[in-house]
Amino acid sequence: MNEHDIERLERRLGMSRRDFMKFFAGLAATMGLSSFAAEAMAEAVAVQRKRPVVIWLHGQECTGPSETLLRAEHPTLERLLLDMISLDYHQTLDTGAGHQVEAAKEASMAANKGQYLLVVEGSIPTKDGGIYCKIANKTMLEHTKEAAENAAAIIAFGSCASWGGVQSSGPNPTEAKGVHEILPGKTVVNLPGCPPNPYNFLATVMHFLTFGKLPALDAQGRPLFAYGRLIHENCYRRPHFDAGRFAEEFGDEGHKQGYCLYKLGCKGPETYANCSVIEFNDISGGTWPIGVGHPCFGCAEKGVGFTKPLFSLADVKTHTPPAMFPEISQRQGSSGVGTGAALLTGAVVGAVVGATAMAAKKLNSTGDSDKQG
Amino acid sequence: MATRITVDPVTRIEGHLRIDVEVNDAGKVSKAWSSGQMWRGIEKILVGRDPREAWLFTQRFCGVCTTVHAITSVRAVENALGLEVPVNAQLVRNIIQTAHAIQDHIVHFYHLSAVDWVDVVSGLSADPAKAAQLAESLSDWPLNGVHEMKAVQERLKTFVGSGQLGPFASGYWGHPAMKLPPEVNLMATAHYLQALEVQNYANKIVAVLGGKSPHIQNLAVGGISNSINMDAQSVLNMERLMMIKGWIDKLDQFVKSVYLSDVPAVGAFYLDWAGYGKGVTNYLSMPDCPQDSKGTVYDLPGGYIENGDLATFKPIKTHHDDFFRDGVAECSKHSWYLGDEALHPWKGETDPNYTDFQDEGRYSWVKAPTFNGKRAQVGPLANVLVMVAAGHEPAKKYLDAAMNTLKAVSQKPDIPLEALHSTIGRHAARAVRAAVMLDTLKQQWQKLVDNIGKGDTDTFNPPVFPKGEIQGFGVHEAPRGTLSHWVVIDDGKIKNYQAVVPSTWNAGPRDQNDEPGPYEASLLDNPVADPQKPLEVLRTVHSFDPCIACAIHMVDTEQQEIVKVKVL
Repeated sequence: MNEHDIERLERRLGMSRRDFMKFFAGLAATMGLSSFAAEAMAEAVAVQRKRPVVIWLHGQECTGPSETLLRAEHPTLERLLLDMISLDYHQTLDTGAGHQVEAAKEASMAANKGQYLLVVEGSIPTKDGGIYCKIANKTMLEHTKEAAENAAAIIAFGSCASWGGVQSSGPNPTEAKGVHEILPGKTVVNLPGCPPNPYNFLATVMHFLTFGKLPALDAQGRPLFAYGRLIHENCYRRPHFDAGRFAEEFGDEGHKQGYCLYKLGCKGPETYANCSVIEFNDISGGTWPIGVGHPCFGCAEKGVGFTKPLFSLADVKTHTPPAMFPEISQRQGSSGVGTGAALLTGAVVGAVVGATAMAAKKLNSTGDSDKQG
Repeated sequence: MATRITVDPVTRIEGHLRIDVEVNDAGKVSKAWSSGQMWRGIEKILVGRDPREAWLFTQRFCGVCTTVHAITSVRAVENALGLEVPVNAQLVRNIIQTAHAIQDHIVHFYHLSAVDWVDVVSGLSADPAKAAQLAESLSDWPLNGVHEMKAVQERLKTFVGSGQLGPFASGYWGHPAMKLPPEVNLMATAHYLQALEVQNYANKIVAVLGGKSPHIQNLAVGGISNSINMDAQSVLNMERLMMIKGWIDKLDQFVKSVYLSDVPAVGAFYLDWAGYGKGVTNYLSMPDCPQDSKGTVYDLPGGYIENGDLATFKPIKTHHDDFFRDGVAECSKHSWYLGDEALHPWKGETDPNYTDFQDEGRYSWVKAPTFNGKRAQVGPLANVLVMVAAGHEPAKKYLDAAMNTLKAVSQKPDIPLEALHSTIGRHAARAVRAAVMLDTLKQQWQKLVDNIGKGDTDTFNPPVFPKGEIQGFGVHEAPRGTLSHWVVIDDGKIKNYQAVVPSTWNAGPRDQNDEPGPYEASLLDNPVADPQKPLEVLRTVHSFDPCIACAIHMVDTEQQEIVKVKVL
């Protein structure tokens, strides 16, 4: 990226060099990447070339995932569409309708064979040959298979596309499925959430466009930068959980103090997502469900969201804090604990064990699996 | 010989909609049909579940009408229980719903429907100085200057010059029905881009209270999950309240200076569209923004107007109103369900009876709702007319402002109020409603702060479900019009759930008396210049702001086998 590229980028994005470097640094931080990665991403956008083509399909959905992009600020939808990608098919935004828009899609997929990014929003009904969702007289099942055939990468955006979402809940009247289930053998990036966080999508796309490969995924196809930890592990109400301080009903004294929502049925302990880390809508300071006093209902997690009752207790996957904390300055492999320190540690461990035991006791004392809200 | 046109998919709406029209030799629509293309069965999924979590499911009817199906659902269960809702909870819900309405209306006009009227590409040949002059004559919005217009034109040039037009590639640029001068097109394009940022202020108001947007998560049957405590962290405190106030103020100028003048300014060049799209003129609208815990006093009035005559206005005063409750029915005579009778939602039977597409018989999975036996149009036009008939001062004030701009720009001082019963009238009413909502939003915020100041921090009354069967209904005057959810609860579990949504009122097929629904009636006599590019059909359909995922009773199974489905 030379001076000329930078000047051109400043003009194109209408942003100062400082601002766009800040923007990419923020994006890299969301993904847990280094400042080197931020520069690489800036370069990928700065050096003028054809904008990568995106084909976006809508299945059984509520347009929630698309709506999240309307609310994104880094980047905004405007910058995404005008400067970063070429969104060649998207039913909510396409100006044309009917056969015009279908023809535009066909033409783009042919011209960009093997190079376009396919994004799917919504689940795919498979019952009765897939008739429960049709576009241009063709089922969503056919549309998805056809578009996946020559896609460079496939992203399932939202819980519906990732694992079926709300309509796959029992009795799943239309046999709704996630994208990966109808595309065996294909790699599908799953970005669940209802709706999903737009930054998990934008960061995945930028990663792919910059490095030419997908970010590291877990066994369920979810990027580790967004779904590598339980909500509970990074929740700022976690200390209340460890200390045994719980809200028992909306508006009670504990609730008014911002205590842990576990006893109200919070599914943070069994839901993998970064809601507690990056929050929503670029507001910060508690703009996410637990921040407004409502238990997480596990919208991102298959088998939890729209499946487990809202006010039932979560299956706590990890809740015991480590018994012993290393000193901050201690390096791996060094034996940093002297006799005096060991004595001190013993006392601290005792206190921590005591607190955890207290929390466990309080949890057990409810014995109620269907807490009244 | 009539030409049959199928538009599938209809874009720039929520959901999967197909519209068919027949165009006669005079180039006018002589018949119209609307058909939804997607069904999910969420009502079936709700059966047997805890009524306290129904709202989490129903909110997923739609991510565009996010918040509305959540609020209406908790109201339905509260109505069944006779449960009071603390004043703070009413006010927090009111702030969310008014902020959402403002966002929804802005996005519908600028980002979903404006390109039916605005030829973006034509803006390239505009004189930025003249565009700025025009824009500044309409309002004092600070982003109307020549530098802004030039910057937008440059941006447009770069974008079009890239040869990659993305979602705009399939647009109707240069279509004979496009009438705006290049300068108006450039001004509208500038506001299209600015509105993208402005609408987000409203989203932030929704999110700071609701936890996120779309799909809020701060509701509870009996109140809200936000705890109010001026002396704690992680709760609704003064810092959060002031944050909301900041965004309300930022929204105000755009809505009243830009949106409220752009619609009549654009409309002035399309006055012929005040003569198309009238359709059904029975207007139904419900009161909203309850002010007390029992829901006896409302900030926004509701009512019913027949045949477009404001003198027939009959007020609907509460969400529990018998006139509304007993007047709603749904008919399946022209829908793919058994039975021809119009039935009340609590008694509705929905047994499929697929017959193939019969132009004069059954042809839709949408039922036809009626109000006291007649078709009714719902939405911002119905809402504004009802508010004006009820003497609501802000509605009168902003309607006057819009009409005055229309008269000034078109230089036709005699445009009657009847011009509102039209395609362009629905857009104008939506802008007027957005301005009314802005004032309402401010008041609700002030009332919340005042109420907290009195020492009231109650936000939740716990629900207790009795043994046996109870039933209730919840109501909301949503951005697309009157919405109602109907629930039957047995031993604390959902037995039956039915949503009668705005897009069902408007998109329904012919009824028991073979009267067409609002979409169909409004399309009749619309001109279609080029059957290959039926832009005019889109104009009228878009003016209703269709939202098809909401109208979940629909499913198109043309040439397909359908299993027996019982939709509850």
